[in-house]
Amino acid sequence: MSLLDRLDADQRAELPQRFARWFASRGWHPRAHQLELLARARQGRSALLIAPTGAGKTLAGFLPTLVELSGPHAAGRGSPRADRPGRGLHTLYISPLKALAVDIARNLERPVAEIGLPVRLETRTGDTPVSKRQRQRRNPPDILLTTPEQLALLIASADAPYLFNTLRRVVLDELHSLVTSKRGDLLALGLARLFALAPALTSVGLSATVAEPDDLCRFLVPQPPSGSAHADLVMAQGGAQPIVTMLDTRERLPWAGHSARHALPEIYDLIRRHRTTLVFVNTRSQAEMLFQELWRINDDGLAIALHHGSLDVAQRRKVEGAMAEGRLRAVVCTSSLDLGVDWGDIDLVVNVGAPKGSSRLMQRIGRANHRLEEPSRGVLVPSNRFEVLECRAAIEAVADNAQDTPPLRAGALDVLAQHVLGRACGEPFLAADLFAEVRSAAPYAGLTRSDFDAAVDFVATGGYALKSYERFAKIRQGDDGRWRVAHPRVAQSYRMNVGTIVEADMLKVRLVRSRGPGAGYAGAVARRGRVLGQVEEYFIETLVPGDTFVFAGEIVRYEALVEDEAYVSRTTAADPKIPAYEGGKFPLSTYLADRVRAILADSSSWGLLPEQVREWLEIQRWRSLAPARRDLLVETFPHAGRHHLVCYPFEGRLAHQTLGMLLTRRLERARLRPQGFVANEYALALWGLGDIGLRIERGELSLAALFDRDMLGDDLDAWLAESALMKRTFRNCAIVAGLIERRYPGKEKSRREVTVSTDLVYDVLRRYQPDHMLLRAAAADAATGLLDIRRLGDMLSRIAGRIVHKALDRVSPLAVPVLLEIGRETVHGEAADALLAAAAADLVREAMG
Amino acid sequence: MIAARRLQSCEEIEVAGAALVADIAGGLYWPQERLLVVADLHLEKGSSFAGRGSLLPPYDTAATLARLHRLIETYAPTGVIALGDSFHDRRGAGRLGDRDRTYLSALQRGRDWIWIAGNHDPAPIGGVAGTAAAALAIGPLAFRHRPEPDGPEGEIAGHLHPVARVGLSGGSVRGRCFVHDARRMVMPALGAYAGGLNVRDRAFARLFDQRAFSVHVIGQSRVYRIDGGYCLPD
Repeated sequence: MSLLDRLDADQRAELPQRFARWFASRGWHPRAHQLELLARARQGRSALLIAPTGAGKTLAGFLPTLVELSGPHAAGRGSPRADRPGRGLHTLYISPLKALAVDIARNLERPVAEIGLPVRLETRTGDTPVSKRQRQRRNPPDILLTTPEQLALLIASADAPYLFNTLRRVVLDELHSLVTSKRGDLLALGLARLFALAPALTSVGLSATVAEPDDLCRFLVPQPPSGSAHADLVMAQGGAQPIVTMLDTRERLPWAGHSARHALPEIYDLIRRHRTTLVFVNTRSQAEMLFQELWRINDDGLAIALHHGSLDVAQRRKVEGAMAEGRLRAVVCTSSLDLGVDWGDIDLVVNVGAPKGSSRLMQRIGRANHRLEEPSRGVLVPSNRFEVLECRAAIEAVADNAQDTPPLRAGALDVLAQHVLGRACGEPFLAADLFAEVRSAAPYAGLTRSDFDAAVDFVATGGYALKSYERFAKIRQGDDGRWRVAHPRVAQSYRMNVGTIVEADMLKVRLVRSRGPGAGYAGAVARRGRVLGQVEEYFIETLVPGDTFVFAGEIVRYEALVEDEAYVSRTTAADPKIPAYEGGKFPLSTYLADRVRAILADSSSWGLLPEQVREWLEIQRWRSLAPARRDLLVETFPHAGRHHLVCYPFEGRLAHQTLGMLLTRRLERARLRPQGFVANEYALALWGLGDIGLRIERGELSLAALFDRDMLGDDLDAWLAESALMKRTFRNCAIVAGLIERRYPGKEKSRREVTVSTDLVYDVLRRYQPDHMLLRAAAADAATGLLDIRRLGDMLSRIAGRIVHKALDRVSPLAVPVLLEIGRETVHGEAADALLAAAAADLVREAMG
Repeated sequence: MIAARRLQSCEEIEVAGAALVADIAGGLYWPQERLLVVADLHLEKGSSFAGRGSLLPPYDTAATLARLHRLIETYAPTGVIALGDSFHDRRGAGRLGDRDRTYLSALQRGRDWIWIAGNHDPAPIGGVAGTAAAALAIGPLAFRHRPEPDGPEGEIAGHLHPVARVGLSGGSVRGRCFVHDARRMVMPALGAYAGGLNVRDRAFARLFDQRAFSVHVIGQSRVYRIDGGYCLPD
């Protein structure tokens, strides 16, 4: 008898009769991990539950609370006070999604009603009316379901001690997803506050499988000043091993691109042969394209829907509802459906394009078939040849159950600044106390006192070496040494701007009537129509009125930018510009990249690959070489009248772009006259007028020097001064930290009128105070975010002394895909594909002939 | 020295018969009169925002004065005309820090200095040197803050903070610019925190014939003359 089974037997007896009866009435047995969580709760322990989808995770998280609230365990807690009508708040549930909190509340009401528990549960989100929120603070429910932002708001109120001192449990749902972002930092700081306010508090984390459960166990409990503390880990029994296969297409595999058009009939056939299929893609534009193309061949009129993060919320909820009721045969979706309650009866997950990461893929495939005993089924559809390698690597990783979730992040300073202001809006604090409390949050355990002081100084007067803002201070230290807000207006502004999701760079997309050619600036637009969804502002900035793109399942024509809305009209154009907006693009995980390099290096494993891919690699080996797992292959060759350098780091597009910028600078200095570069997930290609290969052969240009890590010094610094990506990163930090406010009390002016461009602020600050806290926060973000500098650094270290140069007389087979990316973003729809096909034919002849 | 820099980083423009030089630093030089013209300095904009709760870096005045310094060093003008909105608000001059105040007076020393009134600083600027004026006419040119559709020939104005977005293959570039035709010019804002208005905005359509205007866009290493037809809306 295993330990868990024994526990199972022991604890079942302790499940109160009425609960046991309820389980039986539904034909269920309490699962081992559900009882295990109950046992931990009775011991007063915090716990992390790792369980696959469909394992009754939510019920497990709430069972201890429901049991406590049902009977004698409830006694002794929160006895009614004169000033408190109810028993006080018992459990706080925090979800990454507002919609999820609402769904969970609905799902919980059923057992509460059927068991007949005297439990009041309520949600609190941005949509909750003010009167209800006020009532919740005066007379809190037993269970409150909410989001990290709402928790921050509650903590920033003077009522926080009253509201939370009865709190016994906090349940953090989808913890694996929360901890990877700044929202996780905000949550960690909120949790640290809760532990300080509620002495009897324990926590429960609910998570999908992660690489380092230890990290999450630390996240869940206050960290001591030295060493570390952990919540208990409870692992649910895994479900059946998923069955994952790769679509073995009968069609020709494309050399480049992400459309997977070649496989459409086969995907459609899979949908037809299953009950409900989730078709995951990596970007919103792919989702739009695939959805359109599937409907073009939907001769059976199957109910196929679209779901992604740019669509209007009401539209998304409608799709989710239809799916839960089993009315849909397929949903084409992005990571927007990675989280959420268990939808309907899904029996197949199709993942189109690169899987990007092993854990991500397993979570997606887990969406199929919520009966634990049966295996989930997933089909991977690579959209080009390199993705075949990545799919192969992912299938092996899933078979090994290898996880590649990122390690716990170090808490961001901009989020800390926001929290400091929030704390000052509540009860006045002593810096030393707050420092200790912040350090008890796992992501901030390594925070130095000087960084903490810099954050407080930033909140107070901007943190500038030039001390000229004392009279404008937002928070001030009183005679008692405590910090408090200088003016109620500051607190009001904080409440309007709380949160770490920077949405200000999104524009609403509104359907209007076309005003024909020559439109442009915002003239009177005849009729304002409905909002189709949202799109990134930087995407709109690349458009010219008259450009067409696919959005919300139709082809639209860009008309004008009016305040914070992009106006579009319907168009009859059959050739939309390929939307370059790539919302939700994740880089290939380091782990999977390594596996891909291993497959490439080991020709004995090529037998598992499709025939056409094998042939491609064989010719590569003959023409150039198949690089060893830890080496960096650099090829140089003339092509189309220019000299090319192509390398294959496999570190993702973002890191490759940064590398491309830096190498360009160095090639310029070497007078090789570089003219451009293009990056994809696997490779980087640069070209120019100078003969790079010849210079290397002659020993005039050293590849070791070109790829030296020292490029991360001055070259990087010089580039960051101009980089639009860096400016965007800085803007996010400035907004989160509260330097720039997005919403103003009493004023509904366009933000264009009342804000100063953060690009200008960046230029000035960089020049006059380069070590300012916000610039350090932005640099920390750039290490992992849009510039992926840390990964680039790791790669440069890995390949030091392991660069293999091949001087070729023409394009190598491995270089074809990345060269085909050239110009993809500026050419148009079907014409683009025709052009690509023509270019591809030429390239392929040259490489393979 | 001046000649060499001129070749590299500035461009000649003729307005109402006057030969002018558009400099990469954002100023306009009139060699015949040895006059430097700058627009919309918005000094102390940072501290103005700070007073309303946005604690922007307090270095914008120093950064703007550094641009002015570069222009004065290059051309050694005998006179400087600031085309209004020189301070971001009426109390801006009073908030000047000691260093910036000293810096400004050093730039002013030994030359005529005209502060033309703007909508942000309508009253004469107190506490700093220089002469206040509502507008100023010299020879064929008329200097004022706000350009008017019915303004005189030779109008040199600011106020609108023009920027141009120029489309290239594969992307576009946005930069501050001088907008002009043969009759008039609107100058770019010099202020470090001054934002921009696209030259395809309606405000410009009232001033310039949409088929016959040019812009001089300030690039990384020089000023580029671009035909108005290549300017894209935002």
